[in-house]
Amino acid sequence: MSKYTEDDLKKELETKQYEYGFYTDIESDTLPVGLNEEVVIAISKKKEEPSWMTDWRLDAFKIWKQMKEPNWANVKYKKPDFQKISYYSAPSNKPKYNSLDEVDPELLATFKKLGISVDEQKKLSGVAMDVVIDSVSVATTFKDTLNERGIIFCSINEAIKTHPELVKKYIGSIVPKTDNFYAALNSAVFSDGSFCYIPKGVKCPMELSTYFRINEAGTGQFERTLVVADKGSFVSYLEGCSAPSRDENQLHAAVVELIALDDAEIKYSTVQNWYPGDSKGNGGVYNFVTKRGLCEKNAKISWTQVETGSAVTWKYPSCILKGDNAVGEFYSIAVTNNFQQADTGTKMIHLGNNTKSTIISKGISAGKSQNSYRGLVHISPRANNARNFSQCDSLLIGNKCGAHTFPYIETKNKSAQVEHEATTSKIGEDQIFYCNQRGIETEKAIALIINGFSREVLNKLPMEFAVEAQKLLEISLEGSVG
Amino acid sequence: MLKINNLHAQIEDKKILNGINLNIKAGEVHAIMGPNGSGKSTLASVIAGKEDYEITKGEMLFNDDSIDELSAEERAHKGIFMSFQYPIEIPGVTITNFIKTAINETRKARGEKDMPAGQMLKLLREKCSMLGIDRKFLSRSINDGFSGGEKKRNEIFQMAMLEPTLSILDETDSGLDIDALKIVASGVNKLKKKDNAVVIITHYQRLLDYIIPDYVHILFDGKIVKSGKKDLAVELEKRGYDWIKEEINN
Repeated sequence: MSKYTEDDLKKELETKQYEYGFYTDIESDTLPVGLNEEVVIAISKKKEEPSWMTDWRLDAFKIWKQMKEPNWANVKYKKPDFQKISYYSAPSNKPKYNSLDEVDPELLATFKKLGISVDEQKKLSGVAMDVVIDSVSVATTFKDTLNERGIIFCSINEAIKTHPELVKKYIGSIVPKTDNFYAALNSAVFSDGSFCYIPKGVKCPMELSTYFRINEAGTGQFERTLVVADKGSFVSYLEGCSAPSRDENQLHAAVVELIALDDAEIKYSTVQNWYPGDSKGNGGVYNFVTKRGLCEKNAKISWTQVETGSAVTWKYPSCILKGDNAVGEFYSIAVTNNFQQADTGTKMIHLGNNTKSTIISKGISAGKSQNSYRGLVHISPRANNARNFSQCDSLLIGNKCGAHTFPYIETKNKSAQVEHEATTSKIGEDQIFYCNQRGIETEKAIALIINGFSREVLNKLPMEFAVEAQKLLEISLEGSVG
Repeated sequence: MLKINNLHAQIEDKKILNGINLNIKAGEVHAIMGPNGSGKSTLASVIAGKEDYEITKGEMLFNDDSIDELSAEERAHKGIFMSFQYPIEIPGVTITNFIKTAINETRKARGEKDMPAGQMLKLLREKCSMLGIDRKFLSRSINDGFSGGEKKRNEIFQMAMLEPTLSILDETDSGLDIDALKIVASGVNKLKKKDNAVVIITHYQRLLDYIIPDYVHILFDGKIVKSGKKDLAVELEKRGYDWIKEEINN
């Protein structure tokens, strides 16, 4: 009998190459390495920012200097040397574009390699896209269509100049500078990101999307995203990430703030595929991200994430359910392979009456990776009739990986209903044999089983993203895309 | 169609099959009966290509080609199907999705293109109505929360969809009440053709009241010790397995 054992599979998984690992030769404008007040001022200056923004950054820098890196997460890594990172890298010679025609053709080729031909995306999926390469927004498509409805969708840098009143009001309001080490660092040095404002009662007619990519060696990426959905509005926002293969670790520390005012709804989806490092655990992106949203009365925020990349992930998209009847949702698939480590989950903070939250987390671990779910459900004393349902499922492939669940439940109101379910399973030989017997080879069988396991979350993604996500799951865990 | 010559197989160091000889031709129904631990399910698994078992002697020929070195999926592509005694659950994978994948993987292996969606849908409908299956059933996850009857019916449904040349039904009657048994048996009977064959592995003869075998073999200690027609099964039911043991020992 030709044997395809679990060992063969493991070997295959280990040698599976990162498919997005290429480097584009674009001339970059990079600040020298190191971080001090001058660098913060230089970034602000390069961005032609008003002085209030420069002061805001300097204040954040002061706060950051007082802080220590957190080490409570279930991850082990060599702490980055913050003086060896360049905090600003931008593709040079192209400060502003009006259309894609003006974009460096090499850059467009990069997108093609990524499988996101921008113009195709424009035509086929009706996605308005803001592309951030090495921290700078390159192009925002579909601007006119959005303008007609009063929707603002641009780089955060542009928003600081054109809509200072909105930015000033909301930036740091959900994730304050003092929130944590990486949030403070981001506040000081963020070089770009996206800004989005949906006016009262407007339903955004298309998915808004940002694509992030780290290109330059030795650089950190610190983008800042701010989404404000005014009363009764709706927006679905997508974010995708990738980076070339490099031997050294790269730092990515983003901050995302969402504000859903009364009766508004924000759906925020992420497909994260930063370079995970090689099969021996060299290189890969450190992904230390703070994402949080605020829900006012009857508002809803839904986070969906597919996390397949990064060497180390530290990320907890959260919802503050401030208003009565607010709803928070968190749907997550986190895949770790080889030496990847992920400590991810959510926080649902129930402050208002009748607030509801749902957490569905699916962790898949293979190789020697460690995959942790960490989640907090907090019901405050004045939140009557709050409800939460949490489900955390872990799937293990092989016996050298780990899955961990750290649920924290704090209930300070007797009327609360909190449910937590957790399961851990292994892809069994019996399942694989069952598939084999029906003519489905082992690789395909695993893809099928994993898709089934992740289905509840994949179903929450917008169509075009779901396809990409499904493909990514297969790439991350298998020798071939089925 | 399937010819087994002096087959010996073991798992780790435990010998389970000790020289099986069997010749199954197209259009035939064979029943393999035997007491617990006689090697019935092992025989099914070895034919299907489960890797846990090692063939130490003998050979299996399927349409004159040796299948001993083929993987389970390659045997499936050749038209060997096994209905599992304990079908395993695959959460989140619907029956439709699963069977679609199985059919297209088989077609791919045979150098054919994917089955067009329309044709697939037609086939699904056809087989559902043939087996009296509500099509809502097809959107459920494979064996997840299924009753014993539903699991076996799902196996027969897959058999109908894949149209195998050789079907091995491993203890398909176990855990079924009489109504479920009749439904499953009538499904198998409907699928019987002159160019395919069925092997029924069972402990009791009650399934054989509904699927009439051409041959009955008694397996004991990893060997076929007696072969006969349908009446052998009836005799077994009456007298139990003990008289076989005595006959061998004498």
